[in-house]
Amino acid sequence: MAPWFMLALVGRDQAGIVARITQALYQGGANLGEASMLRLGGNFAMMLMVSHASDARAVEQLVARDAQELGLTVHVDAITGQLHRHIQPNMSVSVYGADRSGIVARVTGALAKVGFHILNLESDVGGNDQQPLYIMHIEGHCASSVEQLQATLEPITRDGIQIHFETIEPMVG
Amino acid sequence: MAVLPVLVFPDERLKQPAQPVGHFDHALRDFITDLEQTMRAGPGGVGIAAPQVGCQQRIVIVDVSSKPKLVHHGCLILINPEITYRDGSVMGREGCMSVPDFTGNVMRAQNIKLCALDARGAKLELACTGYEARAIQHELDHLDGLLFLDRLVSRRTDLFPRKKYQ
Ligand SMILES: [Zn+2]
Repeated sequence: MAPWFMLALVGRDQAGIVARITQALYQGGANLGEASMLRLGGNFAMMLMVSHASDARAVEQLVARDAQELGLTVHVDAITGQLHRHIQPNMSVSVYGADRSGIVARVTGALAKVGFHILNLESDVGGNDQQPLYIMHIEGHCASSVEQLQATLEPITRDGIQIHFETIEPMVG
Repeated sequence: MAVLPVLVFPDERLKQPAQPVGHFDHALRDFITDLEQTMRAGPGGVGIAAPQVGCQQRIVIVDVSSKPKLVHHGCLILINPEITYRDGSVMGREGCMSVPDFTGNVMRAQNIKLCALDARGAKLELACTGYEARAIQHELDHLDGLLFLDRLVSRRTDLFPRKKYQ
C-alpha cells in the first residue's frame, strides 16, 4: 500500500483553491484520506492526508505549480498514521467570554492536567473591535466526569469565562 | 434465532424505500426475533431497521434502556410507524451499523409523537423525547432510504450546542 503524507497548504483565500489542489493531486495519482480545510482570518488553510507511491518531495512536486500560482506555502511530511484510527470524543466543551490573553492556554492547560485528550478545537472571535468575544469549542476524550471537569475548571470561570461541558453519547442505530 | 448480516453502505438496498407490512404472522415474529438479536449483537446498537438486513419492510426496533438516566419505553417494536408530531430541534452525535467507523452531528426533533403497529398488528401510540426520539427518527429514516449521512451538520457551524424552539 502507498505510504501516507500530511500535506499542509496555507495562503490568501480565493475561490477555487480546493478544486485546483485536489485536481492536481488526483491527476498525479494521489489518494486523499481525512482532511480539514477552512478559512481563518482571510487565509485558507488545508491539511490533507495524501497517499502516494513516492516520497514527500514528489508529493510536494504534484502541487508545486498550482501552489505557486495561488500563492500558497506548501509543507509535506511522511506520516505513520493510517485511516480508521478514530478516537471517539466523549466530551464537548464550550468556552466563551470577553477576549483576553491566555484564555486558550489556561483552559487547555487545566484540561491537560486531568488527562483530557483534545481531538478537535475550533475557536473564533465575535463581538467587535471594542468588545471582542472569544468563543471556543473543544471535543475530546476524557475519563473524568462532567462534575470533576467543572471542579477543575472552576478557578477559570471565576474570571468571567463561561465554560460548559456536555457528554457526547453517539446514538448508534 | 440468528444474528443476520448487516448491510453496509454503499449497498444500494439501504437507499431504497421499504414497503408496509401486511401480514402479522409467525414468519414476521420470527424475523423480528432475529432482527432484535442482530441489533443486540452490534456494539452499542440501540436501534435497527429491517432494510439494514436487506428486508424492505417497514419494521424497526429501538431499545435505549441500556443507556443510563434516560426517559424511554423499553424495547419498542414498531411496524408501519408514522411520526404524527414533531417539536423542537436538537443536535446530537449519531453513528450507524451500516456506516462503520464514522459518527457525525445530526439535527433531530426533540419531541415526537408516533403511531405504529406491534408484532401482532395492534395499534400503538407513543410520545418520545430526547435520545429515544433521536433513535426512532434515525431508524424511520432507514425505512425511507435515508442515512444519517443525508442529514449531517458540520461541527464547525455549531460552536455553541444550541437548542432551537419552533
Ligand atoms: Zn442506522
